[in-house]
Amino acid sequence: MEATPQFLGRNMYGLEDYSADEIMYILEASKAMKEINLRQYKKIPTLRGKTVCTLFIEDSTRTRMSFELAAKRLSADVVSFAASISSLQKGESLQDTIYTLGAMGIDLYCIRHSSPGSPQLVHKYSQKPVINGGDGRHAHPTQALLDIFSIWEHVGNLKGLKVTIVGDILNSRVVRSNLIGMKKLGMDVTICGPRTLMPPNMDKLFGCRVQYELREALRDADIVMGLRMQFERMTEGLFPSLEEYSKHYALTQETIKFAKSDALIMHPGPMNRGIEILPEIADSKQSIIVEQVANGVAVRMALMFLILGGKL
Amino acid sequence: MTTLIKNGNVYLNGKFQTRDILIKKEKIQKIARHLPEKADRVIDASGKHIFPGFVDLHVHLRDPGQTYKEDIVSGTRAAAHGGFTSLCAMPNTDPVVDNIATVDYIQRRAKDLGSAKVYVIGAMTKKSEGLEISEMATMKSGGIVAVSDDGGCVQNAKLMLNCIRYATNFGLPLVVHAEDYNLAGKGQIHGGKVSSRLGLTGLPSLAEEVIVSRDIMLAENNDARLHIAHISTARSIEMVRQARERGAKISSEVTPHHLILTEEACLSFDTNTKMKPPLRTEEDRLACLEALRDGTIDCIATDHASHADFEKVREFDHAPFGIIGLETAFSALYHHLVKPGLLSLERLAEALTDAPARVLDLPPAMLKAGLPADLTIIDLEQQTHFSPENILSKSKNTPWLDQKLWGKVLYTFLDGRITWEDPDAQIS
Ligand SMILES: [Zn+2]
Repeated sequence: MEATPQFLGRNMYGLEDYSADEIMYILEASKAMKEINLRQYKKIPTLRGKTVCTLFIEDSTRTRMSFELAAKRLSADVVSFAASISSLQKGESLQDTIYTLGAMGIDLYCIRHSSPGSPQLVHKYSQKPVINGGDGRHAHPTQALLDIFSIWEHVGNLKGLKVTIVGDILNSRVVRSNLIGMKKLGMDVTICGPRTLMPPNMDKLFGCRVQYELREALRDADIVMGLRMQFERMTEGLFPSLEEYSKHYALTQETIKFAKSDALIMHPGPMNRGIEILPEIADSKQSIIVEQVANGVAVRMALMFLILGGKL
Repeated sequence: MTTLIKNGNVYLNGKFQTRDILIKKEKIQKIARHLPEKADRVIDASGKHIFPGFVDLHVHLRDPGQTYKEDIVSGTRAAAHGGFTSLCAMPNTDPVVDNIATVDYIQRRAKDLGSAKVYVIGAMTKKSEGLEISEMATMKSGGIVAVSDDGGCVQNAKLMLNCIRYATNFGLPLVVHAEDYNLAGKGQIHGGKVSSRLGLTGLPSLAEEVIVSRDIMLAENNDARLHIAHISTARSIEMVRQARERGAKISSEVTPHHLILTEEACLSFDTNTKMKPPLRTEEDRLACLEALRDGTIDCIATDHASHADFEKVREFDHAPFGIIGLETAFSALYHHLVKPGLLSLERLAEALTDAPARVLDLPPAMLKAGLPADLTIIDLEQQTHFSPENILSKSKNTPWLDQKLWGKVLYTFLDGRITWEDPDAQIS
């Protein structure tokens, strides 16, 4: 497999910039990468001499590890920069940081930042390709790609699959990216959560169904994805208690019955067991939550490979 | 010193008519079809349009205190470049204009060094903190033309009621920036489709509308004069329309950006699309335009708000709110609204001149013998290139940066002297 020129030097801000065919190509490449990850010697020399920078202005150890592992398996050098937004506000700006990093000869940036649109800024300042590792509540395309990849591996044909995503839709970049990607591939998506955590116009914007009632939302679903519910939302006055949330929106043995009997269970992690998902569901045979993590490395390898123009 | 401006299309009594204008010292001496007089300076304005100097009720000059963004000299030069000769300075400086010394400072500095007449709006509450009424009467004796806590909004309805009663006592109109802080929260852009799409926190229309509704009721109950700054939603406009039909003394202004742009502009993550109130929906934009045409909205004001590059060019949710507008206002409105036939040139002229002057009882902004020679000569057949080098404001934070827009201000006269002269303009 060879990286085709159409991906060379491109940014991955979000899936809206990629066609359905291109997304499928990324999935194919991810499959090849996954095979490498299953070998005993999990490293190929394709990006030797390239330097990948992980720039994390919002803490996420697991995503950063996934990006760094992906780069290392392709033999790229990795520079990692982590800072908090408060330190960035007091001291060096994002712009200055990129100029400094640029002087070290970075070929590709992977950025996580609490501000929507920050990957575009990194590209503007660096003129290098950027992979968005999550920008605020805006987008998280590598997560969506790994989710879709995980489904594709299990089910094969994606067209017409019924997907239900449940939880804090308002604060979820994962949902927004998944909606764009899944829609492009012909999947049929329902989103569900309490109305205080549901932004307006989602149905019109993304062509999905909006449901406030979990059982209705789960009916005949092929895929069920839970989202992390954060305790802070309660203090923001968006719902009264985790108990009440759980009672109405948790994936339990009782509620999951409304989905198809062989429905796949997913979660982007980290999970709050017992709140949005009960352990018996998270650990059930239908759950592919652990696989998702492994697939994350493969998908990120594929993107780096395609954008930096590697050869297998 | 005399100046004769020949053959311009002069905005007179609501129409453009071919006239000569003779300026002697600081006043307009004569306006007639053909003036045979000789003058020290003659400008051939054939094919050009001559407007009374524009009046902007809403400018943040940033002086005193934040002069790295703008100051009275640069701000009024920018005004002259945009055809403005009079402006109202908002009080959210550092220190806040809540005392007569700061009122004096601004007025004196503008008089000595400025390129436009500066009228001062005083703070409604001390330090604009929304806690105690400011010394409005003292500031009024120092020359303020209105009170406002612009940039912020008095949240306590009882205090607002007292401000309304107290200001009215001294004949001061109140200018309101309508924003309920709880509903606005940490909102970044309009709460609607684009905020849902981008995951940016929304500033809902309701945050503006509940205050517009509240303040109309409070003002109407007290027969007070209330001016709603930068109105931006269809429902706010509807409330103003109904209040005016009932005879309430409610006026309002709209900015060029709310007349031209919508929330869609924010999809680019350009921080020059971030301001308060935010760019709204197409429906809101059309309601603003319709209300400007039918006179429900009295006038256009720029809400010129400079921010330095290091503040504005950064992550969207960490960039400050506000854009500059003095230099781009006419061209942007002419280019996007008048030229495509969506707004008449006459209404645009009125909404930039005498209409705002009437709102705050400023001297008349019209072309008439005996009045100060405040005017601007504009060539509609030329474009202005809003490159950073061509922008005179200290800050370049405009969504029209680097764009070329139809309409070019060739000259601006303030009290008979030239405050802006385009390098390409020719004096014969
Ligand atoms: Zn304001």
